[in-house]
Amino acid sequence: MDELTRMTAVELAGQIAAGQVSAAEVTQAHLDRIAAVDPALHAFLHVDADGALAAAKTVDERRAAGERLGPLAGVPLALKDVVVSKGLPTTCGSKILEGWVPPYDATITRRMKDAGIIILGKANMDEFAMGSSTENSAYGPTRNPWDLTRVPGGSSGGSSAAVAAFQAPLAIGTDTGGSIRQPAAVTGLVGHKPTYGGVSRYGLIAFSSSLDQAGPLARTVLDAALLHEVIGGHDPADSTSIDAPVPALAEAARSGAAGDLSGLRVGVVRELGGEGYQAGVLDSFRQAVALLAELGAEVVEVSCPHFDYALPAYYLIAPSECSSNLARFDAMRYGLRLGDEDDASLEEVMSRTRAAGFGPEVKRRIILGTYALSSGYYDAYYGQAQKVRTLILRDFAAAYERVDVLVSPTSPFVAFGIGERVADPMAMYVNDLCTLPASLAGVPAISVPCGLSASDSPTPLPVGLQVMAPTLADDRCYRVAAAVEAALDARRGHPFLADAPALTGATAHTGATR
Amino acid sequence: MPDAPSAITRAEVAHLARLARLAVTDDELDTLAGELDVILTSVARVQQVAAADIPPTSHAVPLTNVLRADEVRPSLPRQAVLAGAPAAEEERFRVPRILDEE
Amino acid sequence: MTTTLPTYEDVLTRYEPVLGLETHVELGTRSKMFCGCATGFGADPNTQVCPVCLGLPGSLPVVNAAAIEYAIRLGLALNCSIASWCRFSRKNYFYPDMPKNFQISQYDEPLCTDGYLDIEVDGEAVRIGIERVHLEEDTGKSTHVGGATGRIHGASHSLVDYNRAGIPLVEVVTRPIPGTGALAPEVAHGYVTELREICRTLGISDVRMEQGSLRCDVNVSLNRSGAGWGTRTETKNVNSLRSVQRAVRFEMSRQAGVLDAGGRIVQETRHFHEDTGATTSGRSKEEATDYRYFPEPDLVPLAPDPAWVEQIRAALPELPAARRARLAELLGATPAEMRAMGNAGVVDLVAATTAAGAPAGEARKWWLAYLAQRANAAGVEPAELGITPAQVAEVIALVDDGTLSDALARQAIDGVLETGRDPAEIVAERGLRTVSDTGALGAAVDEAIAAQPDVVAKIRGGKVQAVGPLVGAVMRATGGQADAAVVRALVLQRLGVDS
Repeated sequence: MDELTRMTAVELAGQIAAGQVSAAEVTQAHLDRIAAVDPALHAFLHVDADGALAAAKTVDERRAAGERLGPLAGVPLALKDVVVSKGLPTTCGSKILEGWVPPYDATITRRMKDAGIIILGKANMDEFAMGSSTENSAYGPTRNPWDLTRVPGGSSGGSSAAVAAFQAPLAIGTDTGGSIRQPAAVTGLVGHKPTYGGVSRYGLIAFSSSLDQAGPLARTVLDAALLHEVIGGHDPADSTSIDAPVPALAEAARSGAAGDLSGLRVGVVRELGGEGYQAGVLDSFRQAVALLAELGAEVVEVSCPHFDYALPAYYLIAPSECSSNLARFDAMRYGLRLGDEDDASLEEVMSRTRAAGFGPEVKRRIILGTYALSSGYYDAYYGQAQKVRTLILRDFAAAYERVDVLVSPTSPFVAFGIGERVADPMAMYVNDLCTLPASLAGVPAISVPCGLSASDSPTPLPVGLQVMAPTLADDRCYRVAAAVEAALDARRGHPFLADAPALTGATAHTGATR
Repeated sequence: MPDAPSAITRAEVAHLARLARLAVTDDELDTLAGELDVILTSVARVQQVAAADIPPTSHAVPLTNVLRADEVRPSLPRQAVLAGAPAAEEERFRVPRILDEE
Repeated sequence: MTTTLPTYEDVLTRYEPVLGLETHVELGTRSKMFCGCATGFGADPNTQVCPVCLGLPGSLPVVNAAAIEYAIRLGLALNCSIASWCRFSRKNYFYPDMPKNFQISQYDEPLCTDGYLDIEVDGEAVRIGIERVHLEEDTGKSTHVGGATGRIHGASHSLVDYNRAGIPLVEVVTRPIPGTGALAPEVAHGYVTELREICRTLGISDVRMEQGSLRCDVNVSLNRSGAGWGTRTETKNVNSLRSVQRAVRFEMSRQAGVLDAGGRIVQETRHFHEDTGATTSGRSKEEATDYRYFPEPDLVPLAPDPAWVEQIRAALPELPAARRARLAELLGATPAEMRAMGNAGVVDLVAATTAAGAPAGEARKWWLAYLAQRANAAGVEPAELGITPAQVAEVIALVDDGTLSDALARQAIDGVLETGRDPAEIVAERGLRTVSDTGALGAAVDEAIAAQPDVVAKIRGGKVQAVGPLVGAVMRATGGQADAAVVRALVLQRLGVDS
């Protein structure tokens, strides 16, 4: 059954639709793969074998009854544990939600179920999506299938590891400051952060409400586009959801794969590169830019001077919003309660539970955000960060007058070693350097593999190219990414992930200790 | 930066932790104060941008007037409402004694 | 703590009170502010909640359009400007009846600003400045268990019901109100009364203070003559009109007592106790929570279309003050009479009775006296008594043309209330009719004179006022259908005495 797990979502859906294989067989193959490799990877916090098989059986029955099903019906998926799923534990990678079973589905969960997508289980993540390595999960880190001593990126590291390790062809991640794109980049996947408001946030456990977006992770651009089409579009339950049709993303991916980018104007962002970036990352990036030119694009350099301030602005806005969003975890209505004994007061129970239930990074950000919103500091910190946000939006607007898309490396670094950066918060934060501007501006951005870096690690590791487009022009991201993907696949003669080391149950166990 | 004044003091961190309902030990206070000092010093860079006449952006995608019609929709079944409660009594959420009034 | 307070009159000789009122009104929308849960009062605990109003992780708010419209209606009725663009903000503080541990409210961008409300107190016109009207969500309700009094203090734990959480609230905040002097308690009372009337007229709330759908925070400070503004206290959740008045009066005396003793007023929240009429200290504002307001990122800005606002303005019903003025003129009533009718809840009924043809004075008399008394005895509002203004007008017409005496009219009304049928039918059926035919009365009069010779002797001896027992006997004999005045004249005539 191994060949089933190596297939793309499109291939699987095609075989299921043609009756060559059942959704139940496809699901079982992925569950077997999870059983074999997840002990070493720890991509999943919860595997719902029974629920997945039951859902697969339903898809098979509907197909047998002659129903026409969607283009991803029967395809398995790993769902990041930040997304609420009725009847399935949802912890957000935090002890404070251990054992919580939501009584409702997120809009995107429901849309995927309606489309016949099979949810295999809940993927590991940095606690409350705060982090770039998945080391902040309260349930232990996830490992990178390319090198088990390294991180799979974050915060959607469970999602990226699961897809890169062939445990699922698709995953849902969420991206607040880069949490889809950076894990996709460091595990050799395609990951897209949609336009803010393009995908419903109803049922996403909020980290930073004005930045959070859910999006697809997949091994191919077309798979990602198809999943995006399933989850995207207006939702009246989310006030920030844009009431406009989702652009034709799969079509954009298919047309991009034809390899002709003539007429496309590409801007290389001067501020996102150079000092502090790993040499192998810059090499791969330069080759990708050259490739875009070869494919017919007109490449120019553009300057976005305020992107330099994206990192400080982000690390004020996101913690501020999180300090408020996470206030609801107070041991009163759901989740953990500690210290409710003897004569403990409500305030003591709240404070003790929150102290024990949140990890150090979450606490740091809550306190930082509480500070930035305080009456004496609001203008200097939160208020000023929101102004910088305006300036970043203006930089984008000016750039998009000259070019159709902007490109940069997705991350300054390839996957780093587990434990390497945990002691230094700022060293962790700079992982998001390239992804933050698009987050703050709400514009769409995709990461697509653009090469392997051999110079920054003993074994070659993936590098991602980030393509940013204007608001609601997500289709441009898919088109450009598909062109790059197709050209590189053709040059290489095989898909990018085929270069990843084989990960079998036996070798996986020797990979690292848990 | 041994000579630079701290961006944030230990007492301030203790106050913020109280505001945020986080019980912190003395050791944690020391660690947090140190870390927050580094982070704040770094993020304070936003103040270098001249932005006095720049309007703040609270929403990246400008929408207005997103309203719903005044229609009643089904509530959750009560057993689902209370299912996650750490403690419940008389169909209500049971919470520890409240020290002072709001 | 001072135990003896200066008298109210004494306070006024040295201090000038300044009032401020913050009133929360629960809007009568069908669904909650940010979700589709029902808003009915008195439902079983935790049966009107969903992921949104329970603050479950992942849930998001969506604004109820009717709540915006109601708030604009109120803003316009209070002569406010309606913001062309405004946002909701989060007010962050921890409290278990608030499921998200922040309240979605409006901070520096309220929907309605800069209005006023004119009221009349003791015949004097007072203009109350309205600083703002903004929208927010209500909290859940806690029951405190284990304490002696059901109060929070001494309780072992609390039980929370979130049915009320998320019900839309408007908060109406006045500007500081100086210059009311001795009338300060009445001004506070009059303002809340008028605001309640307006909300009722606009159809935006049932404004039942006893159910908490109108709640009042009363700010009071005292200025010493010549000195600057005093420090204010905020007495929370004063939940009846009478309590509003009492709370102001108590705080004035208490603060004067503190100041007289050389003390200092602490800016703080205070609690009003219905039983004693006193306020006690709550949380001191000097260590007030920092609410860390910031724009609510889960909601987009509101920008009410000016055309919509004008539509709402054009559709506003006649407001209570205008209506009172129009009716006072129509009914020819003095302000005192209007107040009396207002207090009895019969203004509309009197107007309708007048419109049905009754003289205004008669209509007022009947509704304020016998009908109000019957309603009171039955424990219903006069409007729900079971008699229509047209029927009352008919009764009045029967009195006017001499068919009924007042006593018979009361019987006719009783008949209408018993059967629901029209007065004419009751009168015909029960033979209610003043007997004024002197021939028919003659026999009864002769009988009464013959039966009471001692009374007759007194009358003949010059004591005309002793005629009562003879009139009474005739009235009894005729079953009350005789006109007492006619009977009296007839008796005196038979006895040959001038009346």
